[in-house]
Amino acid sequence: MSAPSQTYDVAVIGGGLVGASIAYGLAKGGTRVAVLDEGDIALRASRGNFALVWVQSKGMGMPEYAGWTVRGAGLWPQLAAMLKADTGLDLCLEQPGGFHLALSEAELEKRKGLLQRLHNQPRMHSYDYEIMDHSRVKAMLPEIGPQVVGASYCPLDGHVNSLRLFRALHTAMERAGVRYLPNHPAEQVAYEAGAFRVATPRGEVRAGKVVLAAGNGNARLGPMVGLDVPVRPQRGQVVVTERTQPFLRYPVVTVRQTDEGTVMLGDSVEEAGPDPTVGLPIVSSIADRAVRMFPRLGGLNVVRTWAALRVMTKDGFPIYDQSVSCPGAFVATCHSGVTLAATHAFVVAPAIAAGRLPAEEFEVFSARRFHVPAAA
Amino acid sequence: MTAQFPTSDTVSYDTKSDTKARDLPKAVDLAVVGAGPAGLAAATLAASAGLSVLLLDENAGPGGQVYRAITTSPLGEGRVLGPDYWSGAALAREMLASGATYVPGATVWSLSRELELGVSVGGQAHLVQARRVILATGALERPMPIPGWTLPGVMTAGGAQTLLKSSGLVPEGRIVLAGCGPLLWLLAAQYLEAGVRLEAILDTTARENWRAALPEAFGFLTSPYFRKGLALLRKVRAAVRIISGVTTLAAEGDESVTAVRYATAGGESGRIELDTLLLHQGVVPNVNLANAAGIPLVWDAEQLCFRPDVDAAGTSPVAGLAVAGDGAGIGGALGAAERGRLAALAAIAALKPGAPVLAQRPQVEAALHKALRGRAFLDRLYRPADGFRRPAPDTIACRCEEVTARQVTETVALGCAGPNQLKSFLRTGMGPCQGRMCGLTISELMAEAQGVTPAEIGYYRLRAPVKPISVAELASLPKDESAMKSVERG
Amino acid sequence: MFRRLPEASGASVHLTVDGNPVLARAGDTVAAALLAAGIEHCRTTPVTGAPRAPYCLMGVCFDCLVVVDGQGNRQGCLVQVAEGMRVETQRGKREIGR
Repeated sequence: MSAPSQTYDVAVIGGGLVGASIAYGLAKGGTRVAVLDEGDIALRASRGNFALVWVQSKGMGMPEYAGWTVRGAGLWPQLAAMLKADTGLDLCLEQPGGFHLALSEAELEKRKGLLQRLHNQPRMHSYDYEIMDHSRVKAMLPEIGPQVVGASYCPLDGHVNSLRLFRALHTAMERAGVRYLPNHPAEQVAYEAGAFRVATPRGEVRAGKVVLAAGNGNARLGPMVGLDVPVRPQRGQVVVTERTQPFLRYPVVTVRQTDEGTVMLGDSVEEAGPDPTVGLPIVSSIADRAVRMFPRLGGLNVVRTWAALRVMTKDGFPIYDQSVSCPGAFVATCHSGVTLAATHAFVVAPAIAAGRLPAEEFEVFSARRFHVPAAA
Repeated sequence: MTAQFPTSDTVSYDTKSDTKARDLPKAVDLAVVGAGPAGLAAATLAASAGLSVLLLDENAGPGGQVYRAITTSPLGEGRVLGPDYWSGAALAREMLASGATYVPGATVWSLSRELELGVSVGGQAHLVQARRVILATGALERPMPIPGWTLPGVMTAGGAQTLLKSSGLVPEGRIVLAGCGPLLWLLAAQYLEAGVRLEAILDTTARENWRAALPEAFGFLTSPYFRKGLALLRKVRAAVRIISGVTTLAAEGDESVTAVRYATAGGESGRIELDTLLLHQGVVPNVNLANAAGIPLVWDAEQLCFRPDVDAAGTSPVAGLAVAGDGAGIGGALGAAERGRLAALAAIAALKPGAPVLAQRPQVEAALHKALRGRAFLDRLYRPADGFRRPAPDTIACRCEEVTARQVTETVALGCAGPNQLKSFLRTGMGPCQGRMCGLTISELMAEAQGVTPAEIGYYRLRAPVKPISVAELASLPKDESAMKSVERG
Repeated sequence: MFRRLPEASGASVHLTVDGNPVLARAGDTVAAALLAAGIEHCRTTPVTGAPRAPYCLMGVCFDCLVVVDGQGNRQGCLVQVAEGMRVETQRGKREIGR
């Protein structure tokens, strides 16, 4: 699997969900794409995510992101159908609405306030949500325990089998003619005479355009093509149980049952640097909250825990940007590679293929927002 | 609860374990995981040197797999199990008298870099801080993925031997043994001794293995295994139909196994109707806890398995953590005890530098050298054939998720680089066995498909919990304010 | 199918398997007791519903999963029998709460 010397229209650096979604979208549009990826051992958020297609509570401080997310959730059924047609794989997308459970009155009040402030923002893309009390929640989630005082519910929320999404994207990429190059970590990216040369330990890949989709690796790669990508790893830990009969009809932001029957319990938010090790106090806290929400979860066995690294910006919103000094270089980075997968395939990829991220849609996501001197 | 069967040793262990679960020490000098020969010898020696020692083991009694049920076997004193088995009684006896705190029925599910062990006893999770840890988690039988190996009625030879040792159970009806390795022949001999009739032994030892093993024959001729091994083979060969040079095997049946099909290198093929098919092709290190604790795995090209990266004394790159016995690479029961003692001596040297027992080191090393004689010969002679390590396309490779070899190679064709990516795509290794039954098969299949060595492909990265614990147990562990905060969402 | 060697003695233990009385021996694991009682299928898999039976008898294969005293997915080969124990064979995924 040595790197071919041929030239591609686009080299996508990173074969995770973001890179694979964009590569898939590009290839479906007839673009010749190579995806350069790391090997088996990589810090892959795509293997560690919680698999929610999630809308509620996103966009505090950047209302455009709420709209972007709503749009992404809306495009999802189309992506699921296309991937099913291309690969035969059922991604088990379900968008029945989702819950955020509160374990005290204080938590519920805090939740209520946050959603109110979110929706009161100017330019906010408003959508339905509801604050429910215990009995309303109980009617929809009969397994909740007495400590659940209430919840917020948003009908736009859902979830998917994200590992199958990952596999489907890779299968579909291959079928759409994308050249996937594992064990080709990008070491250097150079811009010369209107084209890009990406150096890897297994040789060089040339392309007319380059898309940085390397997660936290984008911070290092960006400056090579005139892009500033201030991202940092943020650790999240997840606990998974053995398979059990279906008991949960709706995803909860920290508890969801997969189509296979396992129950995922998540997920911490830790500023721990690039350390992806699991810590018992954290997973114990995750288990504790989950059992308080759904007491009968206590008897299930845990079969796996893991820690993964989110790709986080200072304000928590994604960066989509294009280079001024190296035209044809783009960056796409976010911590919601599942929720935004359809957006990346159907909105971001065509823009990249056309050679420009339209300002009216993407300006707000440019990293230039971090360069503005802090306003009073 | 004990009143109903007051005479049973097993029950008295259970009682002890209940008591000890409550009194499980919070901190010890040395924690030993696994009460097989390596763990028993390590715990005994360390306790005799005055260290506080905690010996944790999953089973109801000491002995590990090789000396399984050594204190409780219903075949006590009888000849069925043979003198090699009964030689393990001394190890157990010495440990029980050594002052080490022995907790049976204890499942160790995590071990941190700081040597804090997560242990479950009787459904209760505990944390124990150790200054040193010796992992003596032993071996498990190498997966033997043939068509139909998941059918009821197909079992490992080691599993059948466990039933014999701990419950005095033998299969009924028509029985066939298939595979290779010393344990297969030992079980056959034990069955013959017990009056069990065997339909056949389908011997998968490749003929060319004899040539490869020959240069190592001298070591074997002078090893403790030679005489006994030869006598055993003779006895079995005289009493059982042996079909040699078997190159393919397939178990048949719908709800349960009803027959085995085979073909040999000599062009012979056949079908034998049966009720029980016992498979075996050697043993490999049980690496899950060692790897989850941070010890890298290395590919052993001679033994065709991954083993933790430790030196001859079991010392690992993780400070204070050692691996002893077959869990560090297969060396057999006698060698395991000596490797346990070597690891214990290293722990004693670190914690009690002046201890007189440290002078025993040369004797232990000499005993180990003697015990390992002949190992290379056995490794080569019983090297499992390629076709029994890398199954045919339609054969299940991952028993838990029911993934076939074909699905694995098809996914490699997508560019899937290694077993950890494969796990994401196919769920191999994600079931309850956590890769123990498929890990080697997957790495070897992927290596073959990519034209590289298993060393280049690597193995599953393993993480705690290496055995299942309940969500409630996990929730019961100590947690601090910052941990609680990190999981609350606004 | 397994049988007990005549020289293997020991106290009897009474359990039920799917409601039927089964006689085991003190010191047996649940998996051993099932095999001795001629119960070959202890579960069906949650993936395809295929029947499975105890395979490794040493706690690593997880094919002997059964419901013990109302608790699902117990490793039968690691649980010692006890007087009055209720064992159930398991079909597919366990249920939450049992």
